[in-house]
Amino acid sequence: MGMSGSITHDIIHGPPRPPVEGGWGGGGGGGGSDGRGRGAFRRASFTGLYVLLAASTMLFAAFTSAMVVRRGLSDDWVSMPKPPILLVNTAILLASSLALELARRALKSGARARFNGWWTAGTALGVLFLAGQALAWNQLNAASVFISTNPSSSFFYVLSVAHAVHLLGGVSALFYVDVQAWRLSLGPGKRTAIDISAIFWHFLDGLWLYLMVLFYVWG
Amino acid sequence: MLLAPVVWILTAIIAYFFAAKTWWFPPPINAHGIAYDEQFMRTLIVTGIIFVLAQFALGWVIFRFRDDGRPANYSHGNNRLETVWTSATALLFLGLVLMGTKIWAGVHFDQPPADAVPIEVLGKQFAWSFRYPGPDGKFGHTDLKFVNDSAGNPFGLDDKDPAGKDDIVSASLKIPAGKPIKLIMHSRDVIHNFFVRELRMKQDIVPGMEIPLSFQADIAGVYEVPCSELCGLGHFQMRTTMQVMSPADFEQWKIEKAQK
Amino acid sequence: MSAPTHSAHQAPQGFIRKYVFSLDHKVIGIQYYFLGLFSVFLGMSLSLLMRFHMVNPEAKVAWFAKLWPTAAAGGMMTPELYLSLMTMHGTIMVFFVLTTVPQSGFGNYFLPLQIGAEDMAFPVLNMLSFWTTFIALVVMVSAFFVQGGAPLAGWTAYPPLSGVGRLTGPGEGMGQTLWIASIAIFCGASLMGAINFIATTVDLRCKGMRLMRMPLTCWTWLVTAILALLGFAVLLAAGLLLILDRTVGTSFFIPGNLMISDQIITNHKGGSPLLWQHLFWFFGHPEVYIAILPGMGVTSHLLATFARKPVFGYKAMVYAILSIGFLGFLVWGHHMFMSGMNPYSAMAFSVLTMAIGVPSAIKTFNWIGTLWGGKIHFDTAMMFSLGFVSLFVTGGLSGIFLGQPALDLYFHDTYFVVGHFHMIMGVAAIFGMFAGTFYWFPKMFGKMMNETLGKIHFYATFIGVYCIFAPMHFVGMAGNPRRYSDFTNVEYLAGLMPVHKFMTQAAYFTAAVQILFLINLFWSLWKGPKAPMNPWNSTSLEWTIPSPPPFDNFGGVHPVVNHGPYEFSVPGAPTDFIMQTDPPSVSSED
Repeated sequence: MGMSGSITHDIIHGPPRPPVEGGWGGGGGGGGSDGRGRGAFRRASFTGLYVLLAASTMLFAAFTSAMVVRRGLSDDWVSMPKPPILLVNTAILLASSLALELARRALKSGARARFNGWWTAGTALGVLFLAGQALAWNQLNAASVFISTNPSSSFFYVLSVAHAVHLLGGVSALFYVDVQAWRLSLGPGKRTAIDISAIFWHFLDGLWLYLMVLFYVWG
Repeated sequence: MLLAPVVWILTAIIAYFFAAKTWWFPPPINAHGIAYDEQFMRTLIVTGIIFVLAQFALGWVIFRFRDDGRPANYSHGNNRLETVWTSATALLFLGLVLMGTKIWAGVHFDQPPADAVPIEVLGKQFAWSFRYPGPDGKFGHTDLKFVNDSAGNPFGLDDKDPAGKDDIVSASLKIPAGKPIKLIMHSRDVIHNFFVRELRMKQDIVPGMEIPLSFQADIAGVYEVPCSELCGLGHFQMRTTMQVMSPADFEQWKIEKAQK
Repeated sequence: MSAPTHSAHQAPQGFIRKYVFSLDHKVIGIQYYFLGLFSVFLGMSLSLLMRFHMVNPEAKVAWFAKLWPTAAAGGMMTPELYLSLMTMHGTIMVFFVLTTVPQSGFGNYFLPLQIGAEDMAFPVLNMLSFWTTFIALVVMVSAFFVQGGAPLAGWTAYPPLSGVGRLTGPGEGMGQTLWIASIAIFCGASLMGAINFIATTVDLRCKGMRLMRMPLTCWTWLVTAILALLGFAVLLAAGLLLILDRTVGTSFFIPGNLMISDQIITNHKGGSPLLWQHLFWFFGHPEVYIAILPGMGVTSHLLATFARKPVFGYKAMVYAILSIGFLGFLVWGHHMFMSGMNPYSAMAFSVLTMAIGVPSAIKTFNWIGTLWGGKIHFDTAMMFSLGFVSLFVTGGLSGIFLGQPALDLYFHDTYFVVGHFHMIMGVAAIFGMFAGTFYWFPKMFGKMMNETLGKIHFYATFIGVYCIFAPMHFVGMAGNPRRYSDFTNVEYLAGLMPVHKFMTQAAYFTAAVQILFLINLFWSLWKGPKAPMNPWNSTSLEWTIPSPPPFDNFGGVHPVVNHGPYEFSVPGAPTDFIMQTDPPSVSSED
């Protein structure tokens, strides 16, 4: 898969310029001044991202409605005690989003080194969040609060694990960009990858805040 | 264009079997059933007319507009026609649903009278059981730990509870004609469904829920009750009967059952 | 995410890159098509076994015992085996045939072509979506081979029947768990496909291809993708919760105080079986529109082409597709009228269900309107589209009964329902696929299919399916319950056996006739006459490129669209069709 003209080649070096006449969808979007064709790719990537976010939203909406119904139905709901580390993890996640934004801003003004630093910080904080979640689950286990202990804990585990799985995907994207950044191969074609992974990350951030409210108010 | 007569013949055959009522509902045994059949007829007439007209129109255009050398008519549509047939369809469909509301309300919104005969229904894999409260009018306490199917205690009656001593348990449903009946339905395991064709009603029985179903049956007879929600490998065998008898016979039956 | 195109200057090399892990939407479309073809024959075989057993419940068949030593010991099919065949029949047909071929099969192949794109927006994702679907199928089929066999809870898998493991039946052990896993994997595959379809349609249309100039097929693929996107996410949630109930002792769907097989269940309480139904049907209803919308798009497209007329009311058709998509999310409760849910909500769902009948009716009127005043050519592809209209009318109208809770009081869980959904999904949608096959085969494979064989197959199948599924409505009215492996326990069913025997014979006949289709398909692939670029004188973009198309579709040239998709028989034009890419000087209304 590493031959020239292959996908990996396209990712690393950007897609080839389209022929001069015609062109997909015309102009617009995306940093960089090479080829109108890239505009369509950038737009399609954003569309794809928003579509993915819509699906993710539906998944968590389904879990939420199941939770609301289940809670209202029976009298066996006992609110699960939330380990305080969750609040720390939330702060870490917010910090990571901030770091990514600072990185993007740095890139806009061309400060590549600063971009690298902030993006790496964001990625590392993301990994730290996941570690913190694992710690939270461990603490709950140690306190004999398992997934089947009570419907409240069932939903906590389902929601937090589903979120963590999404975050794992997000961290992979951040990591990929990070590796490209340090290899100094972040061409203009990569701007889209940066923007997409950052927006996906912020979505997961917002989703986590929503889940925290759900846990503390309804859980 | 051979398709045109094929469509027309198939339409005619189907319409025939509806008109001839070759395979049909059994006669209803209560007022609800009569109202049901009227609503069914209304719907059948409306859909039947649409069915015949639409299939006829399809066959007609196939026949009339087959390629015979003439050019086609270049047209992107007709907004007025569009509006007319859209509104007509909407009114028709909405009308049908609104007309059926009373029937639905009669089954599910109205409360049964206070003197309705209460009967508990138990659905389990793969048999029905029915329980009557006996002369004291109270159902005895039950618990799963007392369940013993082979000893005739599917409900799990607690024999220490005096209220349950006169409870009557039966494998088939017996009810007096012309009197309101209130079924209180439970399942012991999975979802089942109580269905009697002649009553024109059915109801899922969901474990974890207590589901009421009220009705009245006016014509004496024995009617089959086949389980109507997939409940496992014995689903096809989960069948009992509902016997509607005169109120006098019903009282007699209760006495005889209590003596056993 | 990867670039939207493999280099415009280099075709993939090597067998694996070209035919196995291809990134080319055309190859992927064909892969999906053949996955669907395999699945439909598997699903059909299961249904033949079912129909055989229904009319011969005590029959002993030697090779049953060989295939299923436990579940058909002595050669007699047990009820649990029947139910597991039924479960897998429904599941395989709905997911691996109706959700794949019309959308991921034809859509993958022809969406980029019809909008003038070089490929889907995300070719790598596309390739992954196919192979994920393939894995889902493998997992699904594996349920047959584990201890206890395939699950028996129906394609709807209602808990507690599906939620407590082997206690409720042999296939409810590992079989049900594999089933849920397969569905979950399928959800992922579907999501990947939906992302591609939506991004491609929104962003990769060529110059001049305004949304309102897209062929109706593209509109249906777009709305279907949106339905899939939002619906499968909910199914995934439901499946995850169910598998947790089964494996780790949660109680999302399982209430307390249960006694199953003489065992009191102690590790579940408080869950709601109705919650599963709500989540499942919230997906399940959009799913049936996923199954039928692309077929509707193909029908519109073909009726216009073969009647040499524009689609009657293109805009209304678009609004109808959008309304069906939107309303499709609001009617799920009509599958639950008898479930014990709030009877007031039943009324609300009923009104919305009647409402969704309106855009469906509009489409039917418009199809007839398209044919009216036309110049109809009866090629096989067209026959199947005409058949689609007839079947859709029949199947759709029985929905008017079922959409009323008052009437559903009798019809729920009877063969009336089975007849209804088979007419629509099991036949109309299938006819959409046949139509698509005959229409697009020349483009996909560069050969023509045999028309004579095609027509014989069409007539025999059309009559055959009416003979199988129309009688189901009659036995339904007589109160025949569904999902019964054997009708001998209910006295009033005895009189219906002749009808069942008739349906079984019709099923054997119709199944046998499908051999003609297979012969036609494979013979034509090998020896069919060479296909020209545009055998049907059709107007959409796929007909402007060679049959089959080069790997980059438009050969590096980007099409420019100047006309709507159905400019047939334009007065004053030199030919009776104007390609979408013809110069603007050729007269047309848009």
